[in-house]
Amino acid sequence: MSKRRTERLLSIVVLLLSTRRYLTAEEIRAAVHGYPEQYDSFKRMFERDKDELRDLGIPLETGMNNPLDDEPGYRISRQDYELPEIRLEADEAAVLGIAARVWQSAEFAGAAAGALLKLKAAGVEDQQATPGIEPRLTTQEPAFGPLWEAVRDHRPVTFSYRAPGRTDAVKRELEPWGVVNRYGRWYVAGWDRARNGTRVFRLSRIEGQVKMAGPPGSVTVPADADVRELVRDGVAAPPRDRTAVLRVRVNAGHGLRRYARAVEPDAAGWDQVTVQFADVPWYADYLASFGPDVAVLDPPDLRDAVKARLKGVLA
Amino acid sequence: MVTSAERLRRLLALVPYVVSRKSVGLAETAAAFGMTERELVDDLNLVWCVELKAPDPYCPIDLSYEGGEIVVSQAESIARPLRLAADEATALLVALRMLAEVPGDRSALSRLIAKLEAAAGAAGAASAQVAVQIDTPDGMGLAAQIRAALADGKRLHLRHYVPGRDEATERDVDPMRLLVVEGRTYLEGWCRLAEGVRLFRLDRVLGLSVLDVPAQVPPEAESVDVDQGLFRPSETDERVELELSAAARWVAEYYLCESVTELGEGRLRVVIRTPDTRWVRRRALRLGEDCRVVAPRSLAEAVRADAAAALALYD
Repeated sequence: MSKRRTERLLSIVVLLLSTRRYLTAEEIRAAVHGYPEQYDSFKRMFERDKDELRDLGIPLETGMNNPLDDEPGYRISRQDYELPEIRLEADEAAVLGIAARVWQSAEFAGAAAGALLKLKAAGVEDQQATPGIEPRLTTQEPAFGPLWEAVRDHRPVTFSYRAPGRTDAVKRELEPWGVVNRYGRWYVAGWDRARNGTRVFRLSRIEGQVKMAGPPGSVTVPADADVRELVRDGVAAPPRDRTAVLRVRVNAGHGLRRYARAVEPDAAGWDQVTVQFADVPWYADYLASFGPDVAVLDPPDLRDAVKARLKGVLA
Repeated sequence: MVTSAERLRRLLALVPYVVSRKSVGLAETAAAFGMTERELVDDLNLVWCVELKAPDPYCPIDLSYEGGEIVVSQAESIARPLRLAADEATALLVALRMLAEVPGDRSALSRLIAKLEAAAGAAGAASAQVAVQIDTPDGMGLAAQIRAALADGKRLHLRHYVPGRDEATERDVDPMRLLVVEGRTYLEGWCRLAEGVRLFRLDRVLGLSVLDVPAQVPPEAESVDVDQGLFRPSETDERVELELSAAARWVAEYYLCESVTELGEGRLRVVIRTPDTRWVRRRALRLGEDCRVVAPRSLAEAVRADAAAALALYD
């Protein structure tokens, strides 16, 4: 940590906020302590300082005071710099406290803390939240950070993706429109350039690094794109439009009984349970998990699939 | 060690923090910024020392902290905090919109969201591209009932389904909190049946009623530390070793694994720690030939016995 550097950066902020004119690099050097005499090393230092200020979100403007100037100058517009007035009621401040603790990921936990600090600096007081609700969001997938940056800055990306059930990863090129967490899992939705269509990818199946594949601003998100809907449609379960009749042992198969259309007594110790299901492979796996508590009476294709799964266990 | 950029970010919040409060104690300020009083005094001295040398030397910021009370008498251009950055606005807005999905009284939440959107301005735009959808089974109005019981301090009676054991249980629970973790909503409470703190996933609650009995959470009841993850494997847990085919690789990302080893051709060997192996038994039946239980041997035998008994139902 360099105290002098912090002092210098702070001086530049104060100076450029107080001026309406654009100040040239030379004028800034004259006003601020800590820049060297030697021109080249001053220029290098000044470039680094400008980058640092911009990274902090300080809106450094570049421009000329009149068209005859041969060198651009700098200033910070107060209106662009200052957080607008914000006043919170006690109950709102309490909710803010809960929201600031939601993120557990490196990317957003720090950002939430930074935002909270700025709001406190604007006069918002800490409020003890009434106990009751404690939400948490995590982003363990390494792809999250770069994908969020790409979404924020409107940049295309490339990555390797291993689709479910595939043994090899395939390279994909995506214009990312948004990241969505659905029931605890992160997805990215956008325009797949090679496949010329919208696609949804699960972040945990992205292998290796996500790379930027274009400059900021080179992706246009269509005005009517709804990333939430895209992900829901991309991963949602198909409709349960088939019917099965099962024999279920009494006091077992609670998960099946919950959504059953009908439950009737069968032979001693058994019930006959009628259920709706969507597709045979998935439902056969699920029924196999009940072991000797469930047997399929109908339809035959489901019955055969369950038997095949069970034989697989013994194989 | 903080970088000069991080320190500058802090200083730019510190000055307005004091200005917006007229005067504020050293201890309170240090706590708000998460630093020691000594670090705070260093920061104040640094700000006070800032000097611009042209056109005429002057010190733009004047402050004192005599008697432990900070007063900023002159703050010039940095009296207001810096605007929220896109990451900061997004972190808060996404968290708040996620909170808004939990049924219950949302009035403070909606007011806060509107105020933050207004204060964030353009920086809030990217937050529309991050969405979180949580599973709030609202059919029975569970979350709203639980929040009301929490507010009134009432005991709950619930019927709860445990899929891993295919069991439905009835119990009285003194509610402590609602948790939203990994996209699922849980009731945390003191279970009078188990005499301990338990979590109940709301989409597995089969029935719930609020009893006209005051909740009595015993003083020894300790809340789950949600920041450590809800389900932490313990040393005393049983060690389960599975071999998974490429089709069953998802198991490794779905469950918390102690170790994951690539076996080639997309196959994996995983080690899982669990206090109760009944769910593994059901999972293995479901995966059939795509999963082989390597250890413990007793579990492997139980899975085979289940499969054989289930197949016998079709003879």
